[in-house]
Amino acid sequence: MNPKQRNRLILITVIIVCVGIAATLAGIALKENINLFYNPTQIAAGEAPKDASFRVGGLVVEGSVRRNPGDLKVTFELTDGAEQVTVHYEGILPDLFREGQGIIAQGRMNAEGHVNASEVLAKHDETYMPPEVQDALDKAGNIEDAAAPGTSNKPAKGY
Amino acid sequence: MIPELGHFALIIAFSIALVQGIFPMIGAHKGISGWVAMAKPAALAQFLFVSIAFGLLAYAFQTNDFSVAYIANNSNSALPAVYRFAAIWGGHEGSLLLWMLMLTGWGAAVAVFSDRLPPEMVARVLSVMGLIAIGFMLFILFTSNPFDRLPVPPMDGRDLNPLLQDPGLVIHPPMLYMGYVGFSVAFAFALAALIGGRLDGAWARWSRPWTVVAWSFLTIGIVLGSWWAYYELGWGGWWFWDPVENASFMPWLMGTALIHSLAVAEKRSVFKSWTVLLAIFCFSLSLLGTFLVRSGVLTSVHAFATDPTRGVFILGFLAVVVGGSLMIYAWRAPQVKSTGTFELFSRETILLANNILLVVACISVLLGTLYPLLIDALEMGKISVGPPYFNSVFVPIMIPLAFLMVLGPMVRWKGDSIMNLVRTLRVVFITALIIALLAPWLLYGETAPLAVLGTFIGVWVVLGTFLEMYHRVRNKVNIWQGLKNLPRSYYGMVIAHLGMAVVIIGITLTSHFSDERDLRMYPGDQKELGGYLFTFEGVHQQEGPNYTASVGVIRISKDGKEVTSLDAAKRTYRVQTMPMTEAGIDSNLFRDLYVAIGDSLGDGSWAVRLYYKPYIFWLWLGGFMMGIGGILAASDRRYRIARRIKQDAPEQASTAVA
Repeated sequence: MNPKQRNRLILITVIIVCVGIAATLAGIALKENINLFYNPTQIAAGEAPKDASFRVGGLVVEGSVRRNPGDLKVTFELTDGAEQVTVHYEGILPDLFREGQGIIAQGRMNAEGHVNASEVLAKHDETYMPPEVQDALDKAGNIEDAAAPGTSNKPAKGY
Repeated sequence: MIPELGHFALIIAFSIALVQGIFPMIGAHKGISGWVAMAKPAALAQFLFVSIAFGLLAYAFQTNDFSVAYIANNSNSALPAVYRFAAIWGGHEGSLLLWMLMLTGWGAAVAVFSDRLPPEMVARVLSVMGLIAIGFMLFILFTSNPFDRLPVPPMDGRDLNPLLQDPGLVIHPPMLYMGYVGFSVAFAFALAALIGGRLDGAWARWSRPWTVVAWSFLTIGIVLGSWWAYYELGWGGWWFWDPVENASFMPWLMGTALIHSLAVAEKRSVFKSWTVLLAIFCFSLSLLGTFLVRSGVLTSVHAFATDPTRGVFILGFLAVVVGGSLMIYAWRAPQVKSTGTFELFSRETILLANNILLVVACISVLLGTLYPLLIDALEMGKISVGPPYFNSVFVPIMIPLAFLMVLGPMVRWKGDSIMNLVRTLRVVFITALIIALLAPWLLYGETAPLAVLGTFIGVWVVLGTFLEMYHRVRNKVNIWQGLKNLPRSYYGMVIAHLGMAVVIIGITLTSHFSDERDLRMYPGDQKELGGYLFTFEGVHQQEGPNYTASVGVIRISKDGKEVTSLDAAKRTYRVQTMPMTEAGIDSNLFRDLYVAIGDSLGDGSWAVRLYYKPYIFWLWLGGFMMGIGGILAASDRRYRIARRIKQDAPEQASTAVA
C-alpha cells in the first residue's frame, strides 16, 4: 500500500465514522423531537401520549374563549365536529386566532385531560385551514357546518 | 390587449428557449460553428422577451387591470404603487415569471461576459440553461399563466396578502431568486464541462465567480427574509426552521460547500468530480425548494396555491433534471482524473472536512424537512419536526466547521506541519478562551456554558483570521503596502469569514441574554427589562391607505432619561379583513428594544409584548458581510486576467481529460 492509498484509506475511514456518528445523533434527535398530531376525537378516546409533547388541531368553538382577569391566561375549546378538547394557554394569541378559526396547539396533557399548550399556531391566511385540521374535520364527517364561520366575511372566490 | 401581448411575448420566449436549448448543444458536439454561434443571441433575445412580458405585467398591475385573474387576486386599487409593483411576485404565477426573468437574466449575463471563453463551452452552458428555461416556460404557459383573463372582471381586486405589504417583500424575493436561480449557472457550467469532457482547473476558474455571486445573493436574500420575519411576523423570532426557510437554507449550505470545493478544484485540480456533484445537488436543491414552496405540499405564507397539477409538474421536472444530470455524471465522471496529490494534513483535507460537514448539515436539514411529508405520504400519521431537532443536530455540526474556518486559510496546500500550526494558534486559542469566559460575565453578570462556547468560537474566528492576515504580510518591507497588495478575493474571504463570526456571536448573545415578556398592561403600567423602563401609554386609532390600525404607544427610558417612544400597531386590512401586527423596534448595534401589542382584553387592558434583544443586529450585519465578501471575491482581477490569457493561448486550456 503506497502512501497515497494509505492517506485515502485514513480519510475515508474518518469520514465514514464521522458521518455515522452524525447520522446516529440525527436519528436520536429526530426520534425525540417528533410531535405527533391528534384530533379531538383521538384525544377523547385517550390516544394522546401522557408524557410527551404533541399537537392537537381543530376549530375554536364559538363562545368558548375565556380570558383570566389579571393576566394573559386563556382557555378555549377545540372541536373536530365530533368531540371537544379544552386547551389552556398563557401568552399572546396569534393575529389570526379567533372563534371559528382552525388552529393548531402544541403542548402536553394535564391531569384533568386538558391540553396545556406551549404554542398556538394560526396560519397566515384567514381562509386557510391547516391540512391536519381539515383532515380531522373530514374524518369526523362534519365539514360543511364546521368550516362555514371561517369563510363568512370574504368576497366569493369566483366573482 | 396588453395582457395578450405579454402572453405572446412569453410564447416567443419559449420558442427561443427551444432553439437555445437544442441547436448550440448539437452544434458544439458536431462542430457546426453556425449552430454554436446561435447560443449568445438566443440567450439575449430570450431575456428581452421575458423582460417584455414582465414589464407588461407590471404595467397591467399599475393600471389596475382587474380583468387579469392574477391581478384581481393579488392587487387592489387602494394598494400603494410600490406594493402594486412588488405584488408582481406576491403570488404563484408572478413569482414564477420572476424566476424566469432571473434565469434568462443570468443567461444573458453569461452571454455578455463570456467573450474569453471557448465558444463551444459557452454554447453548452447556454444550451443547458435553455433546457431549464424550456421546462419552466412549459410550466408557466400550461399551468400558471399570469396573463389569464377573467370572463367577468370584478370592480376591484382582492388585495395583496397584508403580510406581504412590506418593504421587505419588495427586495427579499428578488434577492433570494437571484441566488436560487444563479446556481443554475454553476449547474450549467458543470454539465457543460462534463459533456464537453473538459473538467479541468480552467472550468473551475470560469465557474467560480458565477457561483460566488449567486451564493452572495442567496445569502443576502436569506438574511433579508430572516429580518423580515423578525419585524413583520411580530414574535421577535428570526429563524423558525420553517420548511420554507429550510428550502432556501439547504441550497445555501450546499452552495457554501460548492464555493469551497471549487477553490480546491481550481488551485489543485483535485475533488473535480465531487465539485460537479455538488453543483448538481446545489441546483437540484434549488428546484426542490421551488417544488416544496410552490406545490402546496407545505403550507405557509409562501405557499400561494394548492393545485396538484403544479406540484406534479415540478416534481416531474425535478426528476428529469436530477435523473438526467446524474446519468450524465455517471457516464462522464469516471473519465475525470485527479492530477494533484496531497498529504493528510493539508488545506485540501481541511476543505474536504468543510465540505463534508456542510453536506451532512444539509442532509440533516433535508431529513427534518422531508420526514413529515414522507410519513404523511405513506399515511403513517401526521407529525411535525420541531426546532429542537434542528438545533440539536445543526449546532454540533457548526462548531467544528467554525473551528476549521481559521485552519483552512492558514494551512498550506499539499501538506503542512501540525506542530507548527499548534504553536502559531496556541496564543489565539488561549486569548479567545479568556475573552469567552470573561465577556458574558462582564456584559451580563452571568456565564452559561453555551454562551461561553459560542463566544469562544466567534472570537477564535476573528482573531485567527486577523493573525493569518498578519502572517501574509509580516515579511514585507512595508506592511501597509503588503496589505494593499493582497488580492480582492482574499479580502472577500476575510470579510465573509468575519461575517460568519459576527453572526455566531450575535446568535449566541441574543439567544442567551434576551429578555422577553408577554404582559397584560393597563395604560400607565410600567415594566423594567434589561435596564430599560417600558411605560405603556395607551392605544389610539389610526387610518392607513388600505387599513385601519390600533396603535399602542410605549415610552422607554433608561436611568430616568427618555430613550425613545415606540408605536406598536395592530392593523386590520379592509379588503381581506385580516389583522396584522406591526412591531415597534428601536435598534442599535448592541441591543434592540422590541414592542408589539396583541388583543384588547376588554377592561381597558391590552396584551403587550416587550422584548429586550441584545446583539440581534449582528445577525443581519454578519449576513451582509458574508454577501458583500462574496461579491468582492468574485470581482477579483484574476478572473478577468485569466480570461484574457485564455484568449491569447486557447490551446493551453484544452487539456481535455476525456
